[in-house]
Amino acid sequence: MILEPVDEQGWLDSALAVAEAHGRLVTLWGRNAGPDSYEVYAVYFDPAFGLSGVIFTLSHEGSTYPDLSELFPSAGRMQRTIWDLLGIAAAGSSDNRRWLDHGNWEKNYHPLRKSNSGLEISELKESDDYSFVEVSGDGVHEIAVGPVHAGIIESGHFRFSVVGEKILRLEERLGYVHRGVDKAFEKYHGIDGVQLAGRISGDSTVGYAWSYCMAVEAAWKCEVSKRANSLRALMLERERIANHLGDLGAIGNDAGFAFGLTQFMLLKEQWLRLNKDLFGHRFMMDAVVVGGVACDIDALGISRIREQCEQIRKEVGTLRGIYDDHAGLQDRFLTTGHVSTDVATRLGVTGLVGRASGIAEDGRINFPPYPYSDLQVNISVAQTGDVAARVSVRFDEILESLRLISELLSNLPEGAIHSLSKVPAEATFGVGWVEGWRGGIFAGIHLDKAGMVDRAHMHDPSWQNWPALEYAVIGDIVPDFPLINKSFNLSYAGHDR
Amino acid sequence: MMWETVRQIRKTGIKSENPPVAQELSRLADNQTREIQDEILKVLGRALTIRLVDAGSCNGCELELQALGNAYYNLEGLGIKFVASPRHADMLLLTGPISRNMLAAMLITHDAMPDPKLVVAVGDCAVKGGIFGESYATIGAASNVIKVDFNIPGCPPEPLAILQGILSAVRYRLPR
Repeated sequence: MILEPVDEQGWLDSALAVAEAHGRLVTLWGRNAGPDSYEVYAVYFDPAFGLSGVIFTLSHEGSTYPDLSELFPSAGRMQRTIWDLLGIAAAGSSDNRRWLDHGNWEKNYHPLRKSNSGLEISELKESDDYSFVEVSGDGVHEIAVGPVHAGIIESGHFRFSVVGEKILRLEERLGYVHRGVDKAFEKYHGIDGVQLAGRISGDSTVGYAWSYCMAVEAAWKCEVSKRANSLRALMLERERIANHLGDLGAIGNDAGFAFGLTQFMLLKEQWLRLNKDLFGHRFMMDAVVVGGVACDIDALGISRIREQCEQIRKEVGTLRGIYDDHAGLQDRFLTTGHVSTDVATRLGVTGLVGRASGIAEDGRINFPPYPYSDLQVNISVAQTGDVAARVSVRFDEILESLRLISELLSNLPEGAIHSLSKVPAEATFGVGWVEGWRGGIFAGIHLDKAGMVDRAHMHDPSWQNWPALEYAVIGDIVPDFPLINKSFNLSYAGHDR
Repeated sequence: MMWETVRQIRKTGIKSENPPVAQELSRLADNQTREIQDEILKVLGRALTIRLVDAGSCNGCELELQALGNAYYNLEGLGIKFVASPRHADMLLLTGPISRNMLAAMLITHDAMPDPKLVVAVGDCAVKGGIFGESYATIGAASNVIKVDFNIPGCPPEPLAILQGILSAVRYRLPR
């Protein structure tokens, strides 16, 4: 991917060109490039040209970059994050509330400035005064949910404005599980940073680790063997299936069908146990490393995977029949949590949720690393954009991933599983983009001449999809929120970093 | 339709496995389930209820806590249950390196729990800060800000280790 330096006009022109070509904003990040020197990066995707990127350099600390949130609504929270982390502002943006900074850092503290060590600690406050948008009218009241949720869920806050049972507006507030990942990366050598990358969102550890490695390997021009990349794809598809199994069970449960949860969680448990046997970890953490993978697979392992895939295929087929024929379940799924193709396009919705709203984008097809370039992945798209569509795409993707696993095992290339060429003695930059089970996980990694991470930006697809959840619930009733939320199943940890 | 569901339930059968015993009592392998239930009953006088607070977890620990509910581990079969309200909870499970943005909510949750209450740190982050440690964003080990009764290390700890930890905490750490 080429990064083009632009001036203010170029920054706006490039954004406009992408918007006109029905492309979308992938991610935005900022960097303290030197004393009193800042850069902002924007990466775009459009189906015709693939990934493209621009860099805008700010001449001094007080200067600004042009706002993109008018063209790409998802830019709003990313720009607020750039302010919180780096202290550089988007000129002309309408929402300047802090996002990850909840008032628990020192005043005017921006951790990613190189003058800060990241260890500065301020006195903690009880709470800050975040101004939610107020909805007024006859009978309108607010329901505040979180950050501690009922059940075993990550932390975040939802503010509903409702009349009776009906949701008029949902406003999310995230950032509760911000762990300072971006700053923490600065302590790592490029080779070791993958451990941290694999713990940004635990349910996507393979996707994150691969994306990180892809970026570092691109920066260092390191060739990875075909076998290693095939094993990465094998693990990525296993991660996709594990999460889809869990979600299908949980979605059934949130619609009052506990049978579904019981059945799918059994399948998921069997799946994770085989991961542990073959890759040494139930979620395959630390199995993808810079230069390749940490563990190989033998003939016995291959036959165990094949056997399990066959059994899961049968079970999932039976359960899909039961879900499809269950009138009560379908009554809850159909038309609930609707995101139209228009809204999804406008918001830049991506990944699984985007495909359920008719957006035919999948990084395994549009930006395929080896072995996907050889595999011919069949995309799963649904048009209706409701819970039923997100369920159906998950079922389709499980079957497709089972097929891909079979193909990968049949054509597993011979060769080493790990190799690392000499780390170049110069500052480098690389990008990675991997289609995790939620959607594209983007990595932009800057490395210094000693091979240390200078700035690692890892973008979760949830950034685009959280705002879509706010739209999805409009007009639905409050009791449907858990079901809709589960059908999205977005990452708090991946978003908050 | 209903017939298919019933047939699937029958075909699946009972998958629950024997639970582990509390760490220090591994020699008492017989009648584990009943012993644990007796113990919970003796100590608490009822079932054990748990409130989880994710204080900056990567969500890996949550995946394993969810897995505890599956039929293999059958947590609820032991009389152990995750509850929504801290007012109904006997035990607070903490995950994550205690993000500063979650500290207030975590302490309020703890305050809302009735005595006697147990605090258990789950996962390397809550136990010792883990990969994130202490920084402008995180406090590190839960024990830096709250009295922790029992630690369950691991990244993430597997369901059996969590179950064993929960049982050990109940058996040995609950004030009588």
